[in-house]
Amino acid sequence: MFRLLASILSCHYQHAVSYTTTELPRPSFGQTMRPDIWWRQPLLVFLGLSTFIVYSTWAAFQGTHYFFGNYISPFYSPEIFGNSPHSWFGPKPGWWPGWLLFSPALLILWAPGGFRLTCYYYRGAYYKAFWADPPACTVGEPRKTYLGERSFPLIMQNVHRYFLYLAVVFIVILSIDVWKALWFSNPATGRESFGIGIGTIVLAINVVLLGGYTFGCHSLRHLIGGFRDQLSRAPTCYQAYRCVSCLNSRHMLWAWLSLFWVGFSDLYIRLCSMGIWHDWRII
Amino acid sequence: MNATFKIWRGDANNGAFREYTTEISEGMVVLDAVHDIQRTQATDLACRWNCKAGKCGSCSAEVNGMPKLMCMTRMSDLPLDRPITIEPIKAFPVLKDLITDVSWNFQVKKKIKPFKPRPPDAPDGTWRMQQEDIDRVQEFRKCIECFLCQDVCHVLRDHQMHDRFIGPRFLIYAAALEMHPLDTEDRVEELREAHGIGYCNITKCCTKVCPEEIQITDNGIIPLKERVVDDYYDPLGWIWRGRKKRVKG
Repeated sequence: MFRLLASILSCHYQHAVSYTTTELPRPSFGQTMRPDIWWRQPLLVFLGLSTFIVYSTWAAFQGTHYFFGNYISPFYSPEIFGNSPHSWFGPKPGWWPGWLLFSPALLILWAPGGFRLTCYYYRGAYYKAFWADPPACTVGEPRKTYLGERSFPLIMQNVHRYFLYLAVVFIVILSIDVWKALWFSNPATGRESFGIGIGTIVLAINVVLLGGYTFGCHSLRHLIGGFRDQLSRAPTCYQAYRCVSCLNSRHMLWAWLSLFWVGFSDLYIRLCSMGIWHDWRII
Repeated sequence: MNATFKIWRGDANNGAFREYTTEISEGMVVLDAVHDIQRTQATDLACRWNCKAGKCGSCSAEVNGMPKLMCMTRMSDLPLDRPITIEPIKAFPVLKDLITDVSWNFQVKKKIKPFKPRPPDAPDGTWRMQQEDIDRVQEFRKCIECFLCQDVCHVLRDHQMHDRFIGPRFLIYAAALEMHPLDTEDRVEELREAHGIGYCNITKCCTKVCPEEIQITDNGIIPLKERVVDDYYDPLGWIWRGRKKRVKG
């Protein structure tokens, strides 16, 4: 543990053997010879992530309309404490401070949020879109100093694999939610029967997309087999590595699709719960 | 059809863009146009080139602000309604016109621990490797050392941390050695400290400009970053493995 702390604190001050280079002119902020619309992609990333952050924060603080019958919003699952029938341990605990706003989503959203925040794809994307570091390839930066991911705070990005472990648990829980979304209660008899509603499909697609994103994670790719230099010695690891690598090659696509769909899943259940949308039963 | 070029002319002390117009025909690449200009209008224009086939990595330059091999950049892919700018790569000092001094890269390469194979597998001094073990490093060996990735990397280009960061080219070189099934050397400590892998913030610009389409970030740099995490930032992993260090092999 001491080594870990020492690593975090000291690495910024350790330098390599020095090389001699001529001082080169530094480009000023936004300076580039690119004639294309280079700012379009970082702008789209900025708008996409900002929209999701604003919506998910708003939805997480609502604490209402997060379930509809056998459906529960992925923003609120697992519902550790809460007032819905999906709650694991009953309503808000007595020890919860009265001054602190309570919402079941606030207990859990830090985990998937942390997973995305430390994701290798998102890191590269939001460093460009939110911090202009750089604004785009070959476009001048606003700052002269640069620490990278070598010192605090960005050295904390190295916890990504721990968020991955939690994300895998969430995939299991959300898969169970899809199973529950297949069983509808008859209000007259109280008996449960198999069925498929639009909400079931929405939640199923959500798990598939989140699974594609989670199981294509760069850290998982390393942990499942990438750490080996001789994959042939572990055939199971090799096959798993190939599968993760396959998903990983489209990691950006999975990241955006799953981000959009998890937000849409919450919106769908919220609007059904509010009576604005009607959940159509297919079976 | 004519095309107008703005080519940077100068040396380490000063320089400026000069405009040239030349005729473009079907199938031409930027290097052809530069050679035309060199032949007819600017016989003193300095331009490094060799194979004209995208394999020697000599004709690296910035075409319309993006690092490219001039011999692999088709004129038909460029908008001709405005002048095409051609500049030397910016991460290294200019010698003359489009030629830069890239010798820093060769100094860096010497600092990386060389290949250290395990003892031979057979009495005749040869080794046995499986194709699935070598697939990964074969991708890295496609590198032609054009240094476009070094040029586009903002750590070198904007922040000029040549003394603390080896750049994407040499992270790929280190990955090719580190992930080699026969290699027994451990470069993780150096990657973290002397080679400054933590300075990479994964913007993927290096991958975008690679003419060999090597997945520099996803297949090289990130796996190396994960090896650094194994050794320095994963206490649960140390407990799981029962020891601090990753085991090569």
